[in-house]
Amino acid sequence: MSDIQIVEAPPGVEGSGFFATRLDQAVGLARSYSLWPLPFATSCCGIEFMATMGSHYDLSRFGAERLSFSPRQADLLMVMGTIAKKMAPVLRQVYLQMAEPRWVMAVGACASSGGIFDTYSVLQGIDEIIPVDVYVPGCPPRPEAIIDGFMNIQKLVQTESGRRRDDPSYRDLLAKYGIQ
Amino acid sequence: MAKVSNEELLQQLTAKLGDVFTNEGEPFGLLTIETCRDNIIQLLTVLKNDLNFIHLTDITAVHYPEKEKQFAVVYHVHDLAGGVRIRVKVALATEDVHIPTAVNIWDGANWMERETYDYFGILFDGHPDLRRILNVDDMTAFPMRKEYPLEDPNRIDKKDYFFGR
Repeated sequence: MSDIQIVEAPPGVEGSGFFATRLDQAVGLARSYSLWPLPFATSCCGIEFMATMGSHYDLSRFGAERLSFSPRQADLLMVMGTIAKKMAPVLRQVYLQMAEPRWVMAVGACASSGGIFDTYSVLQGIDEIIPVDVYVPGCPPRPEAIIDGFMNIQKLVQTESGRRRDDPSYRDLLAKYGIQ
Repeated sequence: MAKVSNEELLQQLTAKLGDVFTNEGEPFGLLTIETCRDNIIQLLTVLKNDLNFIHLTDITAVHYPEKEKQFAVVYHVHDLAGGVRIRVKVALATEDVHIPTAVNIWDGANWMERETYDYFGILFDGHPDLRRILNVDDMTAFPMRKEYPLEDPNRIDKKDYFFGR
């Protein structure tokens, strides 16, 4: 028999025939284990992501079985690789096309800070154009690091209070990037 | 067929063109000649039509900040059948970086000249569409010029105060 583990239910009130808990926690739990990532892979970190999705590391174990190649249906934008300045408007467009709730993960040194490409043609970190939730260090990061970053995204999703899009601080953050 | 030596090539060029170029030596066996921008098109045409240098390998430029004429436009042409290459240089002054286009000789010169314009700001007169090709359109600098800093000015994590300097 396989040892199947089921996530624990959020704290709540249990009685015979009913279980009551907070809606945001139930929603967060459901969301965090069915994230649809959009892989925006431009270079070697994308190769590590392939390993992460492969059978050995298998990101599907964390509920990300289904990759979305349309930003409209994606929850998580995973930016993996060097983003040239010419690519920046494309990345921003992809982010803008994603529906709320949406999260962004910068995988690797280049997406986080420009990495070794400290030069005129490379964007010095994608947080110059879009807000980032989780940074994964490494050049490139190992699949374990990518999974760790993904689990940190899951924690963010689980602990989010209600609708993040209505939160004033989140709106201010988006406004800083000129996004409504 | 024996390979044409650099000496023979120089003799043939001199016979066709006379005194419009100077011999700049042959580093690593690559014959290098220098001419001025008034003669470059004539020289390239002779190389292509009369001496069988049919392939334009590259057009690029070099910035020499210490020289009086700071920019050198470099043409690499190749005789594919004979297996011979030659390099042609044209020096240009900073305040007057105009040079006639080679598009009428080789169609392939189009993108090479756009790239040279993109990185060095060399203006190729007569080029059909001289705009940036690789860098973002709204870039204001010519990044391969030496006065342009190599590192991106937006980067803050390498500032001295992070390292106690």
